[in-house]
Amino acid sequence: MRYQPVIGLEVHVQLLTDTKIFCGCSTKFGAEPNSQTCPVCLGLPGALPVLNKKVVEFAIKAGLSTDCSITPRSVFARKNYFYPDLPKGYQISQFEDPICQHGWLDIKVEGEEPKRIRITRIHMEEDAGKLVHGELSGPGDGSGVDLNRACTPLLEVVSEPDLCSSNEAVAYLKQLHQIVTWLGICDGNMEEGSFRCDANVSVMPVGSETLGTRAEIKNVNSFKFVKQAIEYEIQRQIDLIEDGGTVVQETRLFDPNSGTTRSMRSKEEAHDYRYFPDPDLVPLVISDDWIERSRQELPELPEQRQGRFIADLALPLYDAEVLTASRTLADYFESSVAAGCNPKLAANWIMGEITRSLNDSGTSIEACPVSPVQLTGLIKLIDNGTISGKIAKTVFDEMFKCGKDPATIVQEQGLVQVSDTGAIEGIIDEIMAANAGQVEEYRGGKEKVFGFFVGQVMKASKGKANPSVVNDLLLNKLKG
Amino acid sequence: MNIFDMTIHQLHTELMEKRISSVEATKAMLERVEAVEPQIGSFITVTTKQALADANRADQKIAEGECHQLTGIPVALKDIFLTEGIRTTCGSRILENFIPPYSATSWDKLRDQGAVLLGKLNQDEFAMGSSNESSAYGNTRNPWDTTCIPGGSSGGSAAAVAARQAIATLGTDTGGSIRQPASHCGCVGLKPTYGRVSRYGVIAYASSLDQVGPLTRDVTDCATMLSVIAGHDPKDSTSVNAPVPDYSASLRQGVKGLKIGLPKEYYIDGLDPDVQHAMGSAIETYRRLGAEFIDISLPHTDYAVATYYLIATAEASSNLARYDGVRFGHRAAADGLLDMYTRSRSEGFGAEVRRRIMLGTYALSSGYYDAYYVKAQKVRTLIMNDFIKAFANVDLILTPVAPTPAFKIGEKVGDPLQMYLSDIFTIPVNLAGTCAISLPAGFSKTGLPIGLQLIGKPFGEETILQAGYAFEEATEWHTRKATI
Repeated sequence: MRYQPVIGLEVHVQLLTDTKIFCGCSTKFGAEPNSQTCPVCLGLPGALPVLNKKVVEFAIKAGLSTDCSITPRSVFARKNYFYPDLPKGYQISQFEDPICQHGWLDIKVEGEEPKRIRITRIHMEEDAGKLVHGELSGPGDGSGVDLNRACTPLLEVVSEPDLCSSNEAVAYLKQLHQIVTWLGICDGNMEEGSFRCDANVSVMPVGSETLGTRAEIKNVNSFKFVKQAIEYEIQRQIDLIEDGGTVVQETRLFDPNSGTTRSMRSKEEAHDYRYFPDPDLVPLVISDDWIERSRQELPELPEQRQGRFIADLALPLYDAEVLTASRTLADYFESSVAAGCNPKLAANWIMGEITRSLNDSGTSIEACPVSPVQLTGLIKLIDNGTISGKIAKTVFDEMFKCGKDPATIVQEQGLVQVSDTGAIEGIIDEIMAANAGQVEEYRGGKEKVFGFFVGQVMKASKGKANPSVVNDLLLNKLKG
Repeated sequence: MNIFDMTIHQLHTELMEKRISSVEATKAMLERVEAVEPQIGSFITVTTKQALADANRADQKIAEGECHQLTGIPVALKDIFLTEGIRTTCGSRILENFIPPYSATSWDKLRDQGAVLLGKLNQDEFAMGSSNESSAYGNTRNPWDTTCIPGGSSGGSAAAVAARQAIATLGTDTGGSIRQPASHCGCVGLKPTYGRVSRYGVIAYASSLDQVGPLTRDVTDCATMLSVIAGHDPKDSTSVNAPVPDYSASLRQGVKGLKIGLPKEYYIDGLDPDVQHAMGSAIETYRRLGAEFIDISLPHTDYAVATYYLIATAEASSNLARYDGVRFGHRAAADGLLDMYTRSRSEGFGAEVRRRIMLGTYALSSGYYDAYYVKAQKVRTLIMNDFIKAFANVDLILTPVAPTPAFKIGEKVGDPLQMYLSDIFTIPVNLAGTCAISLPAGFSKTGLPIGLQLIGKPFGEETILQAGYAFEEATEWHTRKATI
């Protein structure tokens, strides 16, 4: 029998606010344990939460960018369970009436038609703290609790079970990742857990309309692992059914070392979270004005920008996609164009030399030593014949190393292209005299030798001779 | 006149005239606390050092000409208010050694005015109780008859005022916890409108019902205290950003032409005859002062107690989850995490608290949530609507505070349901979120105080204080003192 996988994703997006969601403590990563805490995020008696407005703004932006409707009156709820990293014994989250509902993302898997994946909801919540095992300086082998992360703002983005393969799941995740980083509401760092995902996976016979029993796979923290975990889980469930077994509803943990999932807790062991509206927080009322203002403030999204690059700047689809991989990259490209650069040439350089140099040196585009204006300057030097394309690559490497302007480097190193026919003719004459045999071969009909002469001339001019001038003169002289 | 017999306004005059210093007044109060504490048991912690330091500072301020109404006045707080550096137990074993790192906003406000802290007052554990018998630190006894309960949960706050161990105190009221003990101890107690006073730094019992309020010797003092503690607090999202009137300035407006509602559901058979008689006299008094009485109905009153015990316990079950032995409070020696949770909480919480946590957990459980919690919220709305409709025709509502005067210690301990019913007249006000005051309005044949409740419109504190003041001017009940 053939099986159809059914996948839904729950993504936790850590928001890039300076302070926590319900108190004024810093959200900075990596501080001394428990140094970024106060009565509120420590869950001390008598402490009360106060909502960070920035979190709401970020949630609205995420919602508008994924075609969600913004709930005019949304409610915070308490999710009750005991765990040492959860200071209050409940997590403040949203249950009924989340801030964003009924959105979608159109995803593209290579070689397939675009597909619309529905987003059920996006809600705001606080993160828990972190347990520290076996690293305590005190007596005994106890565990410690670091509450710096407690109360850090998260968005949870829940999709409908519209995904049918690991590739679709990854495409969906990548697109969501691109949007939240593009909006500047999340740093997207998956290793540090700023963008993490739980996957609900089930399988059913192809053509069936009854969904199979699902397993939830927890905390998969890279695109690669998501693919691995989902593929493993699909196969595990199919094998189980084929062997006459049944899939049980449970929570499973992905082990990146073995690439497998293992049972964490069964449905019977699942918590009864006893959600109820948090009486410490009043319902969040979002006016149409506020939504409209947020809409105005939204940056142009990757898809829209791609469209503009294609329509207005005549870029091919491929270039447009690559250049909108991140907002800073797209901004870099547009700054170059704004500085007067030919769009296609700018695209070629950014996708070629710049990307290569950035990768080689482990630098991000934000920290690129060559500014868009400098890149434009370099391309103009080629365009007006000051330097050759080949010399330009040398100049670029130098620019990337020292950050100097291209004209300065060309000047300092004497790299200006030689277009003076007299000087070039002199070189050609010398080379023809020294290689009389090859001149004869050419004149005898062996035209391939032409390339040899070009190479010799360029070498003798240290690459500075203008290649098209060299070509014209050589052709004339060789023909005799 | 003894210092400890004074009201805030009397002692304020003495301090301003420099006939008494705050240090003298504070020492007199501390002596009084020590003298009667063995009979009353209203304090969990006496903060002698802090009190004298506060008093010294107050005397300096007075010398420099600073003269707030509360500068140098010795007060005490229910042990539910966090006080930085001073143990705060909430009447529970689980917080026996808890020293908070910050203070409640309401205490900060009193302190900013120069109030002197005498100590932390006994209460029912986590404010769950109507008799102060659920405290982990022993019963508080009623100063009028020490075989009787003082009421609860702010029993220590009421008894301390009645026994003249503090000039004024703060309590909290979730289902009557200020008004009922004020009634039983013969003092004035006000439960402000929900959102009028900050809850920040006040240990939560039921967050949607809890409200801070004063317990005092008379209405004038009550207005003074409320003027200081009321107001918006950016740290409490449920505190309301509305201007705070000067409650003291408008006290003398009288009740002429005021329309007072008498809800038929509160004047029931089974009401204690002495309470009934006191209400009758109070109505007569107001009529004489020019008020007009209108019979009204609050038809959902019967459901209030059941509704309260679903909502309050549901919220409490969640609010009390933080007492898990991990970060503060009692931690039992245990084998593993689950064992630590179970033992710490079993040892730390008393029977009534455990009972309410279980009730609330049940009401929120999957499969029961709609039948209990959601339904209770719907009934709560009906009860609110009862009040909204009633207040379309009347300015305030007059009822007894409690169906009987203070009962005997131990009388209802074995029967929680009977105990819960003693709050039948106060609970609806918390569910509706509005304000009410308890005023001394007579005595039983056995000499126990009887309280009268005036319920006001939301943010109608001025009106109930004016009506309370008029009543006080026309009667002498508030001037009687427990012979202790």
